[in-house]
Amino acid sequence: MEMPIPNPAVLARKARVVDRLLSVLPKDAVIHEEAETRAYECDALTAYKCPPMLAVLPSTTQEVSDVLRICHEEGVPVVPRGSGTSLAGGALPTADCAILGVARMNDVLDTDYENRIIRVQSGRTNLSVTGAVEEEDFFYAPDPSSQLACAIAGNIAMNSGGAHCLKYGVTTNNLLGVTMVMMDGTVVEIGGAHLDAGGLDLLGVICGSEGQLGVVTEATLRILRKPEGARPVLIAFDDNEVAGHCVSDIIKSGILPVAIEFMDTLCIKACENFAHAGYPDCNALLIVEVEGSEAEIDSQLAKIIEIAKRHNPVELRESQSAEESAKIWLGRKSAFGAMGQMNDYMCLDGTIPVSALPLVLRRINELSEQYGLPVGNVFHAGDGNMHPLILFDANMPGDLELCEEFGAEILKLCVDVGGCLTGEHGVGVEKRDLMLHQYTAEDLEAQMAIKDVFDPVWLLNPAKVFPLSVSQDRRVAQVAAQ
Amino acid sequence: MSDMRPETETELAEIVAGLAAPVRIVGGGTRGVPGPETALHVSGLQGIELYEPGALTLVAKAGTSVSEIETALAAEGQRLAFEPMDHRGLLGTTGEQTIGGVVAANVSGPRRVQAGACRDFLLGVRYVDGTGQVIKNGGRVMKNVTGYDLVKLMAGSWGTLGVLSEVSFKVLPQPEVTETLMVAVPDVTQAVQAMSAALSSPFEVSGAAYDPAEGHVMLRIEGFTESVQYRAAQMIHVVAGFGVVTRIGAAEAMWAGVRDVAAFHGVEGDVWRISVKPTDAPEVAEALQADGLVFDWGGGLIWARVPAGTDLRSRVGSLRGHATLVRADQATRDVQPMFHPEPAPLAAITQGLRTRFDPRGLFNPGLMG
Ligand SMILES: Cc1cc2nc3c(=O)[nH]c(=O)nc-3n(C[C@H](O)[C@H](O)[C@H](O)COP(=O)(O)OP(=O)(O)OC[C@H]3O[C@@H](n4cnc5c(N)ncnc54)[C@H](O)[C@@H]3O)c2cc1C
Ligand SMILES: Cc1cc2nc3c(=O)[nH]c(=O)nc-3n(C[C@H](O)[C@H](O)[C@H](O)COP(=O)(O)OP(=O)(O)OC[C@H]3O[C@@H](n4cnc5c(N)ncnc54)[C@H](O)[C@@H]3O)c2cc1C
Repeated sequence: MEMPIPNPAVLARKARVVDRLLSVLPKDAVIHEEAETRAYECDALTAYKCPPMLAVLPSTTQEVSDVLRICHEEGVPVVPRGSGTSLAGGALPTADCAILGVARMNDVLDTDYENRIIRVQSGRTNLSVTGAVEEEDFFYAPDPSSQLACAIAGNIAMNSGGAHCLKYGVTTNNLLGVTMVMMDGTVVEIGGAHLDAGGLDLLGVICGSEGQLGVVTEATLRILRKPEGARPVLIAFDDNEVAGHCVSDIIKSGILPVAIEFMDTLCIKACENFAHAGYPDCNALLIVEVEGSEAEIDSQLAKIIEIAKRHNPVELRESQSAEESAKIWLGRKSAFGAMGQMNDYMCLDGTIPVSALPLVLRRINELSEQYGLPVGNVFHAGDGNMHPLILFDANMPGDLELCEEFGAEILKLCVDVGGCLTGEHGVGVEKRDLMLHQYTAEDLEAQMAIKDVFDPVWLLNPAKVFPLSVSQDRRVAQVAAQ
Repeated sequence: MSDMRPETETELAEIVAGLAAPVRIVGGGTRGVPGPETALHVSGLQGIELYEPGALTLVAKAGTSVSEIETALAAEGQRLAFEPMDHRGLLGTTGEQTIGGVVAANVSGPRRVQAGACRDFLLGVRYVDGTGQVIKNGGRVMKNVTGYDLVKLMAGSWGTLGVLSEVSFKVLPQPEVTETLMVAVPDVTQAVQAMSAALSSPFEVSGAAYDPAEGHVMLRIEGFTESVQYRAAQMIHVVAGFGVVTRIGAAEAMWAGVRDVAAFHGVEGDVWRISVKPTDAPEVAEALQADGLVFDWGGGLIWARVPAGTDLRSRVGSLRGHATLVRADQATRDVQPMFHPEPAPLAAITQGLRTRFDPRGLFNPGLMG
C-alpha cells in the first residue's frame, strides 16, 4: 500500500507541536512516546500499520478546536479516529500525522422522546446509544455488526449500515445534526432537532466523508420506538441463484422485511461451527426477519413462506422462541469472526443491483478457482450489499497480494454490473486506487472540490478516498506552502 | 438571449459550456422560482431509462414529468414513497412538474416523518456543472458509500450547483390499505402532544398532521389489511385521551390536501414554510401571528399564511430551525430572501461550494444566498 512520504519538516517540529498541544490539553491526553503511539498504528484493516507521530485524546469540542487550530498552524496532518474498527483503513495513520481520537467524548447530552431524538458526543459507541434509550423502549436503528465497539463518529464518517438497514436506512437517513470542527478550528453547527436542515444539504455530504471535511464532536440522531416484536425465518436452498430469485420476489411483493441476509455454503459451515445456530445443511441460506405484533409477524411470515415455497426450498424454519432468534442472529453477526477462525480473511463490501446476484455469485466462484483462494459469501441481500470474505494466509509470502488482486477483480465486477465498490465500509486506503474504475477523473475532481472548500489546506486525512496520483497536486501544494 | 431547451445531456453540456450570461433553470416551472430572464429548460430531457420493480429502482432523465413516473410505478403497484407535493394549486402555476425539479427542491410530503425525504430515496445523479462538464455521483444501488455523497448535496440545491440531467430512485410498493384516524383536538399544544404520542408508538404512523381551523389531528396508517386493522385499533388507545377519535378510511384527498397545503389555495397572502423541532411548534406558531396555519410532520413543519410583505422571520426571533418563503409577490421577494439566512461559517461554505461547482455564477444567481 503506497502512502505519501512523511513530511520531514513536520517530523522536525514534533517537540514544538507536542509542547503546544500540552498547553491546551491535559498531560494524559497527548501521547507522543513511541511505545505508546503504537496503539494507534492501525484500524481493523490490520494488514497495514504505521505508528502516528502523536495522538491526542480531547474531551470537549473546545479542546478539539484548539488541537485543530494548532495542527493547522503547524501544518500537521490530522487523522480523526473513533474506535478504530474501520475495515477500509480509514483511520490508518501516516508517520507525520496526529491521530485525533474522540474516545473520551462519549456522553449523552440530551434524550428527547417527545421529539424522538438523542444528542450524543461522537465518541459514544453505537450500541450504547441504544443502551441509553432502551429503558423507554426506544432504539437507534443503524446496527453495524461491530456495534459493540464502533463509535458514532466512525459511523457518520463511513455512513455505516447494518443488517436492519433494509427497513430503517443507513446512518445518513438517521442523522439530524452535527457539531463539527473545521481544520482551522472553526466550530460549525449543522442541522439539529428539526427534520431538514436549511440551505444546502451539508449534513448529507459530511456523512460518509471519511474524516476529510471536519471532526464531528456531537451528533443529533433519530431514535425510534422498538417494534412490539421481531422474528426471523430461515429459508434454505440448494442453489444460490434460486435464493437470489426468492429475494427479488419477496421485495417485490410489498412486504418490507427489516432484514434479508444471505449466506453461502462456506459461511454457513463456519458460522454453524462457531455459534451453533442450528443452521440447515444447504448451499444458500436466507435469514428473513419481520417485525410487529405476534399476529402481524404471523401474517407477514405466512406471505414470505408462500413466496419461498414457489422456489422449492430444501428447508423452511420459523424461529420458535426468542432464544432461537437470538442464536440465528448470533450466527450471522459472528460471520466475520467465524471465518477468521478458519484463516486470515479479507472482507469486501461491494453493492450490486439485486437482479445481478446470480451472475455475480457465479463469477465469484469462477474467480475463486482461478486464484485458488476460497471465498465465503455473507451479505445484506435485500439491498444487494455483498460481503465476499476471501480466505488467505498472511504468513505465506505473496498470498496477501494475490488476495488483494482477487478482491479488486470482484469489486470491479460489482461496478461493471451497475453497482459500486463499497456499500457501507468506505473507501479508506483499501479501495482508494480502484476509484477510477467507478468514477471518471472529472467525477473525482467534483468530489475533491468539496474538500477544497471545507479543508483548503488538505490536512484532514489527506491520503484516503482519492487515488494518490489524483490528489497529488493538492497534497503537494499543502506541503510546499509550509 | 432566447430560452434554451436541450433534448440530450450532451446538448445540455454544450449549451452550458457556451453560456455567456446567467440563466434560470426551469423544469416544469411549477414552482415559480424567480431568477434571470433567460431560461434553460430541462423538460426536453425526457424518459424513464430503467425501471426494475424487483430491485425497487427507477432511473429517469431529469425532465421526465412526475406524472409519467407515477403512472409507470402505479402499473407495478409501486410509488415514490416520499410523496412529492404538487405546488400548482398553492402557487397558481401551470405546467407539468418534472422529476428533476422535485429533486432540485428536495420536495417531500407528509410521509417524510416515517419514510424519509426525497433525498433519502435518491440513489444517484448525473448533472452538468457550471463549466459544462458532465458529472455522475452515486448510482442505482441502495447502499453506496463510494466517495463523497454528492447525491444528497444536489437534492435541495435548487439548481444552484448544477443542472441535473438524470436521477435514480429507490421506489417502494404501494400499501394494500390505508386508514386515517381523525382526533378532535382543540389547540396546537395538545395536537403536538397527540402526534408525538402517535409517532412514538410502535404502530408506524406514515402521516401526522394538524389542521387548527378544523381542530383535527390526522394520523395515517398504511400496510397490509390485518396489520392496519390491528395498528389502527391500537392507535385509538394511544390517542383516545386527547379527544374523540374517528376512523375515516384512506382519506386520500385529505392527505393530498395536507401535502399540497390546499387550505391556502386561492387565499390571499404570503405563504411560508417553517421547519422546527416538533415540540417548539406551539410557541413558534403563536409568535407567527399568522392568518392561517397548517401543521405537518408531527408539528415539525409549519405552513403559515401571513399578510403580503410580512417580515415573518423577525417575528420568530432566534428560531432553532428555518423559514422558507414559498409564495409571495415580487415586492416581498425583493426584500425577503427565499431561504433562511445562514450563520457566517455555513454561508461561507455554501458560497465556496457554489464557486467551485459554478465558477462563472451562471445558475440561478441570487437564490440560496
Ligand atoms: C467485525 C467487524 C464488523 C463490521 N461490520 C460492519 C457492518 O455491519 N456495517 C458497517 O457499515 N461497517 C461494519 N464494520 C466497519 C466499521 O465498524 C465501521 O466502518 C464503523 O463505522 C467504524 O467506526 P469507528 O468508530 O471504529 O471508526 P474508525 O475506524 O476509528 O474510523 C473510521 C473513519 O472515520 C473517521 N472518523 C473517526 N472519527 C471521526 C470524527 N470524530 N470526525 C470525523 N471523522 C472521523 C476516520 O478518520 C476514519 O476515516 C465492521 C467492522 C468490523 C471490524
Ligand atoms: C418560492 C418557492 C418555494 C418553494 N418552497 C418549497 C419548499 O420549501 N418545499 C417544497 O417541497 N417545495 C417547495 N417549492 C416547490 C418546488 O419547487 C416544486 O415542488 C418542484 O420543484 C416542481 O417541479 P418543476 O419541474 O415544476 O420545478 P421548477 O419550478 O421548474 O423548478 C424548481 C427548482 O428546481 C430547479 N430545477 C428544475 N429542474 C432542474 C434540473 N433539472 N436541474 C437543476 N435544477 C432544476 C429550478 O431552477 C428551481 O429552482 C417551492 C416553490 C417555490 C416557487
